[in-house]
Amino acid sequence: MSAPSPAAVVVSQQDAEPDRRHRPLSPANLLQTVAAGYVPLIVATLVVALPLLWMLLSSFKQPGEIVTMDLKILPDSLNLENYATAMTTVPFAQFFANSLIVTVVGSTVKVILAILTAYALVFVRFPFKNVIFVLILVALMVPAQVSILPNYILIAGMGGKNTLWGIILPGLGTAFGTFLLRQHFLTLPPSILEAAEIDGAGHWRRLWQIIVPVSVPSIATVALVTVVSEWNDYIWPLIITDRPETMTLPVGLTLLQNSESNGAGWGILMAGAVLVIVPILLVFAALQRYIVAGLTQGSVTG
Amino acid sequence: MTAPLIHKSSTAPADGPDTSAPAPPVATPGRNRERRRWSGRSRKDFVVFLAMALPNLVLIGTFTYWPLINNIYYSTLDWTLGSASATVVGLQNYVTFFTGEDASKVLGTTAVFTLVTVGGSMVLGLLVALALNAKVRGTTLARSAVFAPYVLSGVGVGLVWLFIFDPGYGVLAWILRGLGQQSPQWINDPQLSLVMVIIVYVWKNLGYCAVVYLAGLQSLPRDVMEAAALDGANGIRRFLSISLPLLSPTTFFLLITTMLSSLQAFDLIRIMTPLGNGTSTLIYEAYLQAFGAYNRAGYSAAISVILFAILLIITVLQLRFVERKVHYS
Repeated sequence: MSAPSPAAVVVSQQDAEPDRRHRPLSPANLLQTVAAGYVPLIVATLVVALPLLWMLLSSFKQPGEIVTMDLKILPDSLNLENYATAMTTVPFAQFFANSLIVTVVGSTVKVILAILTAYALVFVRFPFKNVIFVLILVALMVPAQVSILPNYILIAGMGGKNTLWGIILPGLGTAFGTFLLRQHFLTLPPSILEAAEIDGAGHWRRLWQIIVPVSVPSIATVALVTVVSEWNDYIWPLIITDRPETMTLPVGLTLLQNSESNGAGWGILMAGAVLVIVPILLVFAALQRYIVAGLTQGSVTG
Repeated sequence: MTAPLIHKSSTAPADGPDTSAPAPPVATPGRNRERRRWSGRSRKDFVVFLAMALPNLVLIGTFTYWPLINNIYYSTLDWTLGSASATVVGLQNYVTFFTGEDASKVLGTTAVFTLVTVGGSMVLGLLVALALNAKVRGTTLARSAVFAPYVLSGVGVGLVWLFIFDPGYGVLAWILRGLGQQSPQWINDPQLSLVMVIIVYVWKNLGYCAVVYLAGLQSLPRDVMEAAALDGANGIRRFLSISLPLLSPTTFFLLITTMLSSLQAFDLIRIMTPLGNGTSTLIYEAYLQAFGAYNRAGYSAAISVILFAILLIITVLQLRFVERKVHYS
């Protein structure tokens, strides 16, 4: 998302009193700017940031620093004992690897399928394309949650219980990515394909050598939104796995929660929460403009 | 698995600040263009189309459409999950649901959860959007910060907040002790556990509303606002009489999308209240009935069908309203 240009943002008090604008540093003006502008911003940011900061700080605390009546804000030391305990109580490294595999494989396949389907819908002649597009639009509105029981029976019947492919397979069809990329491909000017046509390039070459290179931002948006939702996905892996060997991180955290349910376990649980939250937080911090654009366009639930 | 909601690039004008070129309405030039040029190769194109689109379409059909039909079938069975045999009981599962105490409990919980989370995240989201719209430095950073919880794992977030709400060692209990109060038992009390989950859900989702509202605010016509200011309307007056009515398409878009996602909220409820004590919404009850202690697959399927019917009604209502256009110049 691009930063809002100041000109577009001006809908503020100052418009009413033009003379103030020429004296931006007058004490009254300064006070008003701080009170009306910065205070709400800071409050909103703190409300979001403090719980996450608390998670991080607590993940370094020893049980004695948590099971106490006096709140200690900062941990005594930055020791990683909770992380080590989390890793040994449950196979956290395995969960992490499973989450990574599910996310990478699932997202890669979904993005490729979305590119292919969107290209076919926009640039390849076929009867009933509108019908197919409507079916994809409708699928966009069918929540995965109402399908869990039939999909469980289907995948378990195929022997997919406690397997990584069983976690990945039902989510591979992508209505969201197809929709977003189709809308983008429709905006491309026809002229970009003309040269390729004169060259006699087939669909395959047109797709990978022309369409994909000019669509990188849209593809990145689809890819990032997919990565985030694959990584966070909970209900399906929770149902289709009950053995630690194939659990993903969110499911593994549930296992950890069950074994650390006393007060002393909070530090360990916060270490576990850090491991599931921080990777996405880093991805978000680096590439947020794509993620925000993608999510606010075709919103995805968490 | 993603559960994407509706997108109306052509009908919800303010649905999100977007760097990529704004997606146009379902356009026809593309089709004309290709018809003109690629006629005569249609048989080859037929094969190319299928090769490119079929895998995705088959997957969507198998794991999105087929389950819907299956769910309806399962909902007519008296069937224990894992058992090889099932009895067809017709509409008995629905009768059991609507005549038993489940209907009022589950539907009531769902209604409270949905209405409060939707109202809460929209009102707070709008307030945050107004703050983000201020002409001061740092709004870009603040906008990222308030949006962040929306993309984080519900399981991780749920655990963090469970710790904050912990009656013994949580921050909230410590603050309450400072005020001379005893921390309530958030998890054991059915009503309070619902309140707790609602607070966390709003915290996680208000950033989404804020960013969508911010885009709406930034697309308001500047000349109208300036004219109102010259007429002497003050900030609050301008907001109530001009901004808010002009934002009605955004409000409607958010109302629908947040309502649909609230009805599907699962992660936070599962991790914060595993037993569903007081927090059994439709989706959670469907999960508990099939995969909790009872393994009542048929009954669970019936609840899923009811949930799907509700989601469908909201979606259809939305499409009808959007066609008529709530407003926009």
